[in-house]
Amino acid sequence: MTQSIVVQVGQCGNQVGCRFWDLALREHAHVNKKGIYDEALSSFFRNVDTRRSDGGAAQITGGKISTLKARAVLVDMEEGVVNEILQGPLREVFDSTQLITDVSGSGNNWAVGHWTYGSTYREQIVEQVRRAAEHCDCLQCFFLIHSMGGGTGSGLGTYVLKLLEEEFPEVYRIVTSVYPSAEDDVITSPYNSILAMRELTEHADCVLPVENQSLVDIVNKIRHMSQSGKGGSVIKKDSTVISSKGGVSGVEKPFDAMNNIVANLLLNITSSARFEGSLNMDMNEITMNLVPFPRLHYLVPSLTPLYTLADVNIPTRRLDQMFSDAFSKDHQLIRADPKHSLYLACALMVRGNVQVSDLRRNIERLRPTLPFVSWNQEGWKTGLCSVPPVGHTHALLALANNTCVRPTFSELRERFSKLYRKKAHLHHYLHVEGMEQACFSEALSSLSSLIEEYSQLDATKGACMPDAPRLSIAT
Amino acid sequence: MSVVTVQLGQCGNQVGQEFFSVLCNDSNNAKDKLYKDCGHERFFREGPSKDLTARAILIDMEPKVICQTIAKAAKYGKWRYGDNAHFCQKQGSGNNWANGFSLHGPKHKEVVQDLVRKEVEQCDRLSGILTMMSLAGGTGSGMGTYITQCLRDMYPHTSILNHVTWPYNTGEVIVQNYNSVLTLSHLYQFSDAILVHENDTVHKICAQLMNIKHISFNDVNKVITHHLGSVLQPVYTASSSRYSRNPIGEFMSSLVNHPEYKLLSLQNIPQMSSTSLAYSVFNWPGLLKHLRQMLIANARMEEGIDWTVRAPSVSRSDRGRPTRELGFNRSLANLLILRGKDVASAEIGGFKDPALYVPWLPVESAFSSWSSAVPFNGYEKSATLVSNSQSLLGPLNSVVGKAWNMFASRAYIHQYMKFGISEEDFLDSFTVLEQVISSYSQL
Repeated sequence: MTQSIVVQVGQCGNQVGCRFWDLALREHAHVNKKGIYDEALSSFFRNVDTRRSDGGAAQITGGKISTLKARAVLVDMEEGVVNEILQGPLREVFDSTQLITDVSGSGNNWAVGHWTYGSTYREQIVEQVRRAAEHCDCLQCFFLIHSMGGGTGSGLGTYVLKLLEEEFPEVYRIVTSVYPSAEDDVITSPYNSILAMRELTEHADCVLPVENQSLVDIVNKIRHMSQSGKGGSVIKKDSTVISSKGGVSGVEKPFDAMNNIVANLLLNITSSARFEGSLNMDMNEITMNLVPFPRLHYLVPSLTPLYTLADVNIPTRRLDQMFSDAFSKDHQLIRADPKHSLYLACALMVRGNVQVSDLRRNIERLRPTLPFVSWNQEGWKTGLCSVPPVGHTHALLALANNTCVRPTFSELRERFSKLYRKKAHLHHYLHVEGMEQACFSEALSSLSSLIEEYSQLDATKGACMPDAPRLSIAT
Repeated sequence: MSVVTVQLGQCGNQVGQEFFSVLCNDSNNAKDKLYKDCGHERFFREGPSKDLTARAILIDMEPKVICQTIAKAAKYGKWRYGDNAHFCQKQGSGNNWANGFSLHGPKHKEVVQDLVRKEVEQCDRLSGILTMMSLAGGTGSGMGTYITQCLRDMYPHTSILNHVTWPYNTGEVIVQNYNSVLTLSHLYQFSDAILVHENDTVHKICAQLMNIKHISFNDVNKVITHHLGSVLQPVYTASSSRYSRNPIGEFMSSLVNHPEYKLLSLQNIPQMSSTSLAYSVFNWPGLLKHLRQMLIANARMEEGIDWTVRAPSVSRSDRGRPTRELGFNRSLANLLILRGKDVASAEIGGFKDPALYVPWLPVESAFSSWSSAVPFNGYEKSATLVSNSQSLLGPLNSVVGKAWNMFASRAYIHQYMKFGISEEDFLDSFTVLEQVISSYSQL
């Protein structure tokens, strides 16, 4: 069994991270009734005996749970969010050494986050990550959580990404990036996002892009469903992807509902690596199957179901509905419609009481409606994990490597260009030591060539590509 | 006398566990003591208190499946795996053949060889090695290929049978076609025979014959292991009065009569749910007639057989190119295994018809028949046909075609190159398989 380390950077990264740890504890408590520190728990938590002075090497799985410590490094350049975590109900889960903070924040300036704080805190960050890594028997993956639009998450977050690649080249880097919506209140978010994108394209193994607007839409949809409460369709309280019920934290805070969705995404993606199933899907299999070309590693996530209705009987029709929903644009975590773009590859991670025949039946049913690239007509990676998420009998996570990200990136580029043409706010960036105009133009061209790669693939959509002529053998 | 089984990867281990359960059950239920003892001896080691330990080695690059497999066997209670008969790592092979073959294989070669050696030493006489793996993943396919090569070097005179699971056509793993091409092309060089089960076929059997509504991998594995058991449980091979002492060796010599042709498929009849079984009566003529047509028409199961397909007529002067009948599946060799009541009365002449076979091999070397009067796995009468024929030509051609298309765009190749498999290696593999396809097409 392997371990993963979560690196949460910036306000958004830490708030999402916080929800992740809460829901992870809830999920494991649900499954692990006997309080034994098992292999599944060890993937994200250390078991520490806090009475011991060496910080506890009580690591052996199979023993009783003493104190669980998250395998995490929390980075923020202002103290507010991290302090809140340290005073909140999750404080036991983190050691003070795992937190790296400063006081004044990055002022929504990617250059400050990346260059100024990057160089200042490099040593400290490397040390903390190394410490966390030493506690791991077999470290497989870093999960980086951050937002693209601000200064710390975006700038320092991508600096950390580069650093992880340099110091731990063998460990996968899976980045969850929260992209700003069009009506974002941070004016410079397009600059920050594009500067960060270049780093993501070059240094991440996989990126799971998430858009705030999609999260808002999903939250509204669920709230609407709960309130309308039509006869026979009462939603089970703890079953929604936005609920914190059963977790440690008491009071729900403003972005919690949205952040819970992202937390659930991370739980689902790692479920097959942690729990058993008849067809396991580990993180390295995800990076292998979903990334046909190194730079095209943006995977659009979708989660279903969003909630479970309170009635217990789940007829097969509902199960099939879950599969259909995974491909509907309402369930995607970015504003995109994969059904009308081109699929390069698709992964289906099923959790719960679902058998291979259900999976095959639905693949066969949905396949004709989905455009796949000519050289990957049956491009499905499937996984079956027996353990469902809390509150559900079954759930599905779909990860699509799909050209529908192109419009999202193009829009971002548009917003960037609007500012860049006027050189608006540019001086705030160029003042920073280590930052040059070239950074902007290079970032822009990196994004443009990425968009171009997706466009070229898009152009093949619908075109009838002839099979490549086979090798001929002398008979 | 004994067979050592090497289970590789998730599929190999899951199928392997079911395999030993079927064997143990069947042997335990047999009323013939000789059959029971022979079956036990072949696949299990008997402890002082009559407890059975499987002659098996479990290998996987991550621990979850092996733990589950060992636990499941122990829970079942009738047999168990050896205490130190497994080897696992932590990270898995990531569905990457190159990772399994070039990294994990060499790295863990010695440990695995040790495990195999220890198990073989506990056999009075090793009569063969069976490997179980899938083609689609990384460990079973990649490391399985590497380990097979090692076993060939360690035991040059022992027959090695590679049992492989062919993935679903509609995709379980995106790079499954690459992994399959790399595995098959390499195995072809040093395996004695490759016995194939296709997930799609077995799935259909579960759905249409066994009437299972929600098919799980457990159900699929039960069918696969029923088939395997029907081949490998004790039988009389020649007209001798003893159960064969060299089942895998004789299996090879019956079926692989030419080194260019190593792909074997299997058909079994009858297959039905246990509830229907209680109400069914079979007769040999009916079973064998269906089985023969299944062979000729390349039907994977006893429903939906195309009865219009006929074997071409062979005329005296027609010793050159055989006539091509539409849909007809020509065989190089067939092995018919009959188990159950009244086997002696079964009329097998239909399988000796020269029209079924290639003209350039004598019919006597093309057809073999084994039998056992002991009913197998709950079926009063059952017949299995293992064929070396054109039946896998379609699936093979399809997999190679898809892999080639993907290769043409160079998609995913960077993932393999990371572990030292180059474009040249891919081209070599494609060449080997195109040759195999050509050979089988020309039969």
